[in-house]
Amino acid sequence: MNKVIEIEHLYKSFGDRDILVDANIDVYQGENLVVLGRSGTGKSVLIKIIAGLLMADKGNVKVLNQSLINISKKELNALRLKIGFSFQNSALYDSMTVQENLEFPLVRNIKNMSRKEIDKAVHDVLESVGLLQAIHQMPSELSGGQKKRIGIARTLIMNPEIMLYDEPTAGLDPITCIEINELINEVKEKYHTSSIIITHDLTCAKEVGDRVAVLFDGSFKFQGTFEEVFKDKDPRIKSFYDYNFIEN
Amino acid sequence: MSSRQNLISPKIDNWLIGFKDGADFIAMFFKEAFSRDFEFKEFINQCYRIGNSSLVLISLTGFVTGFVFTKQSRPSLETFGATSWLPSLVTIAVIRALAPLVTSLICAGKVGSSIGAELGSMKVTEQIDAMEVSAVNPVRFLVVTRVLASTVTIPLLSFYCALMALAGVFLNVTTNEETNFSAFVEQAFNNIIFLDLWTAIIKAVAYGFTIGIVGCYKGYNASNGTLGVGKAANASVVMSMFLIFIEEVFIVQVTNWFR
Repeated sequence: MNKVIEIEHLYKSFGDRDILVDANIDVYQGENLVVLGRSGTGKSVLIKIIAGLLMADKGNVKVLNQSLINISKKELNALRLKIGFSFQNSALYDSMTVQENLEFPLVRNIKNMSRKEIDKAVHDVLESVGLLQAIHQMPSELSGGQKKRIGIARTLIMNPEIMLYDEPTAGLDPITCIEINELINEVKEKYHTSSIIITHDLTCAKEVGDRVAVLFDGSFKFQGTFEEVFKDKDPRIKSFYDYNFIEN
Repeated sequence: MSSRQNLISPKIDNWLIGFKDGADFIAMFFKEAFSRDFEFKEFINQCYRIGNSSLVLISLTGFVTGFVFTKQSRPSLETFGATSWLPSLVTIAVIRALAPLVTSLICAGKVGSSIGAELGSMKVTEQIDAMEVSAVNPVRFLVVTRVLASTVTIPLLSFYCALMALAGVFLNVTTNEETNFSAFVEQAFNNIIFLDLWTAIIKAVAYGFTIGIVGCYKGYNASNGTLGVGKAANASVVMSMFLIFIEEVFIVQVTNWFR
């Protein structure tokens, strides 16, 4: 299988605090990789580096065979068109309606689209996430789950090859979490995307992950299928599992 | 592991870093302002928001300033029997100093805080990051449009403020003396020269740019959640006003060399 993301010996620190320390992982075409870890272990930092929002201190990151080290702004923007980023708090533009939110990246990146083509793209993507009725609403009028869906729709409108989900189920009720997990799987099937899903929700990891990688102390200590990883007797893995499935 | 060593002292270091960041931000603004793909629709939207949000307050403040300034100056001039100089005296004060300064101080409070809070909120809720990852230049969309809108709109508001102030002067003069509109206008603009108008325009443009760029800089660099948004809005107002007063002194000194 082709590698779409390659992370080699990645280091990142903020001040005196080391966040990523010699992190290594690959993402293969068509797979959903779930990155698990406790809060503050650098999960979000990892995908922000992949999206070019943060710079790595050391190491190499390759996305679709293009290294992000010393990449020009123009090349980075061209690469970003192939990456969809779903933010933890959806990051919808407050001052715009759902339709304007969805049009925003489209009209600025694909020139000479007719009004009809734009409307069709917005219509199609809203239908994919099941929120066609919200087209004229403002983000403040949407529920948390609806905001997540619109956030995902805004990235899907550009037909990305890679999806990066930052805590897709954080702050949602259990039913909505199930719906979001289903949506992530539907996106993979319909848009043929490869994804990294950052979460500490093991139900989400189990539902959407083809492969799971666990971040501890800045590097990936465990990788494999959900069952393989959580069969491990390591106390750190056990405490993570117990917290999610026993204490909750 | 990395840690920054202080060069001089933490306070001076931070000030120098802040100064460099500000200069970089201004350079980034100019780079993007002259690039292709100008966001014209957003620029017009921002012009409308700035103008519309300040119009009532500027009308009232301008009118009251003109009226009260005339009323307060009258007793002193009456002592010398020089009340006929009132329209000319107050008009000079309004055009040279009061209109641009009053307008910009109102806008620093109303527009500067609004830009700082809006961009600050967008920053802490990752909306600016969302623009960046979708390959849209947030400086071009958010900063260039707002700074240019305030640079263009504040001079227009300043001109409007001057008109409202002169209306206040006219009301006070007509209620106390027998005069008509054309005589008032003739007296009022008798001593106004082109340099006064140019000075007023330069001041208003400089203040408008300052309010826009400071609001955007503070908002764009906000951090620490809602607390950071409040701080950004507050810092936008304080820093804009501080810079406006410095610019006022500087521009007055420079233009006085040409008189």
